[in-house]
Amino acid sequence: MAQVSIEVRVNGSTYRKEVEPRLLLVHLLRDVLGLTGTHVGCDTSSCGACTVLLGGLAVKSCTLLAVQADGAEITTVEGLATNGDLHAVQEGFWEEHGLQCGFCTPGFLMATVQLLERNPDPGDAEIRHALEGNLCRCTGYQHIVNAVQNAAGKLREAAS
Amino acid sequence: MFPGEFEYHAPETIEEALDLLSRHGSDAKLLAGGHSLIPMMKLRLASSQHLVDLKNLKSSLSYIREENGDLAIGALTTHTEVEVSESLQQKAAPLAEAAGLIGDVQVRNMGTLGGSLAHADPAADQPAPALALEAQLVAQGPGGRRTIPADQFFFGFFATALQQDELLVEVRVAGLGANSGGAYLKVPHPASGYAVCGVAAVVETDGGGNCVKCRVGVTGISDGAYRATGVESALEGSAISADAIAAASAHATDGVEPLDDYFAGADYRRALAATYVKRALTTASERAGG
Repeated sequence: MAQVSIEVRVNGSTYRKEVEPRLLLVHLLRDVLGLTGTHVGCDTSSCGACTVLLGGLAVKSCTLLAVQADGAEITTVEGLATNGDLHAVQEGFWEEHGLQCGFCTPGFLMATVQLLERNPDPGDAEIRHALEGNLCRCTGYQHIVNAVQNAAGKLREAAS
Repeated sequence: MFPGEFEYHAPETIEEALDLLSRHGSDAKLLAGGHSLIPMMKLRLASSQHLVDLKNLKSSLSYIREENGDLAIGALTTHTEVEVSESLQQKAAPLAEAAGLIGDVQVRNMGTLGGSLAHADPAADQPAPALALEAQLVAQGPGGRRTIPADQFFFGFFATALQQDELLVEVRVAGLGANSGGAYLKVPHPASGYAVCGVAAVVETDGGGNCVKCRVGVTGISDGAYRATGVESALEGSAISADAIAAASAHATDGVEPLDDYFAGADYRRALAATYVKRALTTASERAGG
């Protein structure tokens, strides 16, 4: 089958690639661009480990074709820190121990970035609702909620 | 998991998309948000030689417009956009509420109203509000546009009135006016989030506590979404009361053969349908006021 030429901007860098149309976005990121921070968990759009931001929206990259992202701006977990300084969401997860094994963490971080953009001061129930699309098999959800609250506080402080 | 091989098309106009459908017939599939189709392609439950990606039509088919109290929603409007739309929350609450209960945030960012209706998964949410709000579904084909009423659109398991060479372009609903109220309630499957039972109800009163019109759409219960017409005729013309709603709700599965699977047996589904019809009618009546 014919390859398709695509151009994506990932974490500020532009990439032009010839890809098979059936290549999934998560495999473009991991296998073609070498950005292995985005994880493949369930591979069935349930667990959210593969969450990235596509045009600012949290999406599950195992359920998108790379060709659908042609021309788009993508942010992966590698794009959160700037010049070695962790993003407030990363700091929040670190300080509140919002992870155990860490496998699901990149997806939680990306979903949290969108959550706090949409709602800078969420309640615990709102956090749990907004992170419904992400599963943590260590089941450390309470720490994750604490981490999001911590990050929300940092971001609000930075904005004020 | 990878989908099988296919040739990829990203038409720039509706006409180009229709031309591809006409040319490739059953070998072509339309890709909107892809959150039903891509999982099926990965599992090799679906395949097509030609995949027609509608992403370039977003600019022309993604909108929510209000015209004379009626609402026109572009087929490529995402569930997130439907969920947060103030005009839909106010004038077509069942659609906005159902959108907010679909999958999860990431799924709602990609999935589209038109895609969900055209895919017609028997456990999808939006067919129920489409039925209860008597939505008009606008399909465009080589001969132009035609309008299909929602109750003539769904034909059971993944089957709709859409022809192979047609594209669903718009969903129109009459906005709920004074003395009208609507609601969507759902029992999600704990793993998939799909509806084990989803009920959309719309109630219109005469302002004096009597039901003059009632519409109920049910999804998840049988092999396709349906209008619970037995419930509707039982409540219409009656004074609204808890007893009248309970009596009408007993007709929730009249003439319907419920699905029967390991998670929810047919008897359980019948009980869920009656209970959720009752709850949805109660909420819709309260919102209708009077």
